Amino acid sequence: MPVRLSAFSLVRNALSSHERWPQLWRSPEPRRRYDVIVIGGGGHGLATAYYLAKEHGIGNVAVIEKGWLGGGNTGRNTTVVRSNYFYPESARLYDLSLRLYEGLSRDIGFNIMLSQRGVLTLAHNSHQLEMLARWLNAMHLNGIDGELLEPSRIREWVPLLNDSPTARYPVKGAVLQRRGGVARHDAVAWGYARAADALGVDIIQNCEVVGFLREGDRIVGVETSRGELRAPKVALAVAGHSSVLAAKAGFRLPVTSYALQAFVTEPVKPVLSCVVVSMSTGAYVSQSDKGELVTGGALDLYPSYAQRGNLPTLQGAVAGLLELFPCFSRLRMLRQWAGIVDVVHDSSPIIDEAPVKGLYLNCGWGTGGFKAIPGGGFAFAHLLATGRHHPAAEGFTLNRFTRGAMIDEGAAAGISH
Amino acid sequence: MLQITCPCCGPRDEPEFRWGGEVPLVRPGPPEQVSDEAWAEYLFTRDNPKGFVRERWLHALGCRQWFVVVRSTVTHEIRATTRLTDTLPEALT
Ligand SMILES: Cc1cc2nc3c(=O)[nH]c(=O)nc-3n(C[C@H](O)[C@H](O)[C@H](O)COP(=O)(O)OP(=O)(O)OC[C@H]3O[C@@H](n4cnc5c(N)ncnc54)[C@H](O)[C@@H]3O)c2cc1C
Ligand SMILES: [Zn+2]
Repeated sequence: MPVRLSAFSLVRNALSSHERWPQLWRSPEPRRRYDVIVIGGGGHGLATAYYLAKEHGIGNVAVIEKGWLGGGNTGRNTTVVRSNYFYPESARLYDLSLRLYEGLSRDIGFNIMLSQRGVLTLAHNSHQLEMLARWLNAMHLNGIDGELLEPSRIREWVPLLNDSPTARYPVKGAVLQRRGGVARHDAVAWGYARAADALGVDIIQNCEVVGFLREGDRIVGVETSRGELRAPKVALAVAGHSSVLAAKAGFRLPVTSYALQAFVTEPVKPVLSCVVVSMSTGAYVSQSDKGELVTGGALDLYPSYAQRGNLPTLQGAVAGLLELFPCFSRLRMLRQWAGIVDVVHDSSPIIDEAPVKGLYLNCGWGTGGFKAIPGGGFAFAHLLATGRHHPAAEGFTLNRFTRGAMIDEGAAAGISH
Repeated sequence: MLQITCPCCGPRDEPEFRWGGEVPLVRPGPPEQVSDEAWAEYLFTRDNPKGFVRERWLHALGCRQWFVVVRSTVTHEIRATTRLTDTLPEALT
């Protein structure tokens, strides 16, 4: 078992100048044979390994990561969590995820700094207001919390919002999900890694999967930069690289990889108590505990595997932010970065068996899969262990594109991340 | 920011253009004979390669012509742009 983290262990380690903290997880030599190999040490891969061990007693699992843990989108996202989706399928999955997040710090003994400060989605004209009301009705039918706020109430929540009568995007109303908020992304990756490791999962970093081992028409393992590893089940959780690995396994996916950017300003005193999302400008913003404003906008304009963003999108995101909060114009941007996200046509994930036996898919989270890490991992582990879809993840199949059974959250709710 | 050479107008900045998907992408037909699988392939399934790709772009704020770009999805380097009707040299595909 790893060291229990507590106020006491903090004090004790402070007295030894923080030089005696143990490693959070081992870095073992890979075994040659596992029950399940998970490719991708992002949140979804790590959560999958944890729930395989914890819920299904399958601890002979390896997580293979080509870089460092959380170095993909999990460590690059803007950490918004919420479950205010439109369709019942999505509501089930994302609310399972939010409920798991609510208990996660305790469950894995690691503070993920979940802050349910509320997510406020703004409407800027009467049409958007009608869309919001319809969306809120759907949320209520799905049993998800949410409330419609009048402009006067919005001002109480976000006093700095531009409410001038000449504003380009006047604020007409908003939907608030109080259970939404932010969590610490690195802590989610590290916490799951530590907890999975304690249950026997091998976490292998700096190890790239470069191909698959086959017997007949089955995949029976992976070829890596550190040799061949075998397992009867191989689970793919590589986000923006899903198509690349699918091609190595001999099939194609309905996925396109794009860069999604985020930006952080210099830190200031507390000025923003919730997450604000704007339906017109696509901009969204929250303030981190350090005081920095964390903001982002739309996808870059063309497919990319380069983990850096382009300038026109940055300009668009900043322009959108300043329309909402003109007073932020004096803040300087400290950092800018991008992650490669796996976008599918209906903005919903794929949690399913792959077209090749022995291989399983967890992808398609696109711009919004951080909030889904616990639920996605839970449901994926269930599929891997039992061969059946988890009841909270039904419908997220690969063949929905052939059957026309889309779960089109992009069209219905129109908000990503 | 990308600078893209429209075969019609010459080099222009990225915001004048719109990305339009991988080529070649051939619409199957006639419609009543196309299986659901073939439609889904055509509509949704993509190569999405890491490396050079041939894609269609529109010069939306210029001549409004569609044309072909050979671009790396890793470095964003553009190797060639040609008219839709031109055949690309084999080495560039
Ligand atoms: C800028 C930005 C902002 C975002 N904001 C939000 C937000 O506010 N809220 C939200 O819910 N979501 C957000 N997202 C989306 C979210 O980050 C992702 O959907 C989520 O992190 C995906 O997790 P993952 O584990 O699937 O992928 P990743 O964390 O990307 O993990 C995949 C891992 O696979 C590894 N890998 C790839 N190929 C190989 C290989 N061949 N061998 C071994 N390993 C390999 C990669 O190195 C990577 O670590 C945002 C994303 C970005 C980029
Ligand atoms: Zn032109």
